[in-house]
Amino acid sequence: MARSKSGDPMRQPVAGWVFVTPMIVILGLFLVVPIVMALWVSVSNWTGRGSPFGGNTEFIGLKNYTDLLGKQGLARQDFMTSLRNTFYYVLGVVPIQTALALLLAVLVNQKWLRGRTFFRTAFYFPSVVSSVAISLVFLFLFAGSGAINGVLAWFGVHGPNWFADPRGLIHLLGDLVGVWNIDSPPAGLAGTKVMNLSLWEWIKGPSVAMTAIMFQVIWTTAGTFMLMFIAALQDLPAEVEEAAMVDGANARQRFWNVTVPHLRPTILLVVTLGVIGTWQVFDQMYVMSQGKPSKTTLTPAFLSYQAAFRDQKWGQGAAMAFLLFLLIFLLTQAQRWLLRDKDAAREKKLERQQRRAEKKAEVPA
Amino acid sequence: MAHTPRRVVTMALAVAGTISLAACGGGGFESSSSSTTSASGSGTSSDTSSSAPTGAALRMLIASSGDAETAAVKEATDAWGKATGNTVEVTVASDMDQELAQGFAGGNPADVMYMDAGKFATFAKNGSLEAYGDGFADNDQFFEALRKTFTYDGKQYCVPKDFSSLALQINTDMWTKAGLTDADVPTTWDQLTEVSKKLTTDKVAGLGIGVGIDRLGAFVVQNGGWWLNADNTAPAAADAKVTDALKYVQDNVKAGNFKMSNDLGAGWGGEAFGKQLSAMVIEGNWIKGALKNDFPDVKYKTVELPAGAQKGTLMFTQCWGLAADSKNKDAAKDLIKSLTTAEQQMKFADAFGVMPSRTDAAQEYKTKYPEDAAFVAGGEYGHGPINVPDLTDVVAELNSQLEKMGTADIAGATKSFDENAASAMGG
Repeated sequence: MARSKSGDPMRQPVAGWVFVTPMIVILGLFLVVPIVMALWVSVSNWTGRGSPFGGNTEFIGLKNYTDLLGKQGLARQDFMTSLRNTFYYVLGVVPIQTALALLLAVLVNQKWLRGRTFFRTAFYFPSVVSSVAISLVFLFLFAGSGAINGVLAWFGVHGPNWFADPRGLIHLLGDLVGVWNIDSPPAGLAGTKVMNLSLWEWIKGPSVAMTAIMFQVIWTTAGTFMLMFIAALQDLPAEVEEAAMVDGANARQRFWNVTVPHLRPTILLVVTLGVIGTWQVFDQMYVMSQGKPSKTTLTPAFLSYQAAFRDQKWGQGAAMAFLLFLLIFLLTQAQRWLLRDKDAAREKKLERQQRRAEKKAEVPA
Repeated sequence: MAHTPRRVVTMALAVAGTISLAACGGGGFESSSSSTTSASGSGTSSDTSSSAPTGAALRMLIASSGDAETAAVKEATDAWGKATGNTVEVTVASDMDQELAQGFAGGNPADVMYMDAGKFATFAKNGSLEAYGDGFADNDQFFEALRKTFTYDGKQYCVPKDFSSLALQINTDMWTKAGLTDADVPTTWDQLTEVSKKLTTDKVAGLGIGVGIDRLGAFVVQNGGWWLNADNTAPAAADAKVTDALKYVQDNVKAGNFKMSNDLGAGWGGEAFGKQLSAMVIEGNWIKGALKNDFPDVKYKTVELPAGAQKGTLMFTQCWGLAADSKNKDAAKDLIKSLTTAEQQMKFADAFGVMPSRTDAAQEYKTKYPEDAAFVAGGEYGHGPINVPDLTDVVAELNSQLEKMGTADIAGATKSFDENAASAMGG
């Protein structure tokens, strides 16, 4: 086989393509085709019967999108409500789960801790259990006469009927400190409507029911992210830590000035995954609340499902999915920019400027 | 011999080819070719005889309340299959909405399915359902209100499978303890207010009511109102007949003698009644089974709902839906006929406690189960659910606004229902 055809450089790309073809076909079939179909459905009047590419389906332009964003009506009201709910949900879940994961990772990474493997397994365990099973357990825990309220009662606190309570936390807090009365909101806030919801509705905060779901999600996902932090922590060379000790840094200084900077890429990863995952939250709403009470646990993903499968408004459901995608994409980009390594960015900028200056200096010469 | 590059290339091509071929076969949205191969073997085509087609393989999708219902339906369909030489495969849906939608979208739905009264119109509108009700053999035997419930655009789409209606359950122990007798059973709203006040203690609400218009609607009907106008062409919830009925409930909720199930910390009215958090409750005939299983110690009786301006209750029903894309419509209709005989409806009633949708069978049912007379009576004056397409989300919004009945803004909720419904029905 001195001069086999494989030696022919022209044959190599063909073989390469042949090998990737199965993957391209699979990706195309299960990823590209559905996305293109959904995109078509989102700009069509498909009613859910027969193929969306069949004869009865017509192109209706951006109507589904304008119904959600531009038209005064129930569709926009529901969509805005779901965005508000999820905004507070993300705002609550992402920072807490990241901080908790980091804390747990640092704790179980301590050499003096006995039974580290046990704790690692225990903290990771919720991530392995199905979210549906956990949701059911939490339904019982947070029931009106459930365990959580039982514990609260020891301290003389009369717990709310969690999953039936639509009151917003910010509303409650304001009521508590006397900024406003929750039963008669200030007219300026209640009377001004922005995108179908009054300002009073916008600043509501997560409802009590949503808060219960947030507890559950934080508890479940902190373990997953803890694992990522542990992996990164084990990459941190012991010498660096020791050097810091020699320099006389105390534990807190070592944490903030050695550990955290070292973990920056992992923090970025965890926050990014957290933001994407929380905006897409669906399982918990499907199992636990179905958007109730008073639509305060409605999320875009669940609303999209409801619009399509319950209301048979397939175009609207698909349009919501694409708007959600766009939102997550923009947020992720913004967050990458915010959390970028500022020193590295500055160096790069300096380099570029230098190169430009050099070029300029060359030209006249 | 080692694989030469050429052989590898050929193999890879073959693999890729197979995958893409498989993709063409299974991934398309066209309906797959009709399969009329039958287990019973005769294999004759289904259009040879319209009265008793044989050899059809029917599929049925049901939303079952439990093993008893599934077994009863399977038994009935198997018996029909054996007698006619067809087969029926019964599938129990875990998420009915989703599985129905999937079937219709794929162009290959189950031939026969449970179809809810509140949802059928949406599927009728997009052409997924076959309208077979008007020509159905025994059609005039069914309760008129139920037939009307399954009528859309002047056509009756399907025949009702069975029905349930709301009535008033009274905890007899609490009743006697409060010093009340049979003569005190309320027949008017005023009397209802009065007895519920007498039954209310600091731990027990006089009357428990489930959340949403599926219970509150009964008061609206009793007051002579409805969420839509008489011919279902325009919303009418802002009408005084509707708002006054809601106001009546709200006033009593504020006074504390009525309580909504969510304020009682219960998932539904029956749970509150079973846990003895309310002395009376407004629920349908499904409460019988629930109380028997979960709260066997609660002693109660069921009476007709008190009347407002008129007698009124709500009826819930499902029909035997027939898919427009079914390949075996004649066989499917024959199956539905066998499932809706008076005899078969009584068998279903015995097995899992539903009430017959035929008037002749309902008479028999009333004699056999006299304690359910109040539910059966509802068939004469009850009102079906809102059965207009594209209103699901509008109704959901109304329900969400009425969730906290004690503080709900009734005028605002009904006004926004009218606006939303008008825009949904107009567009």
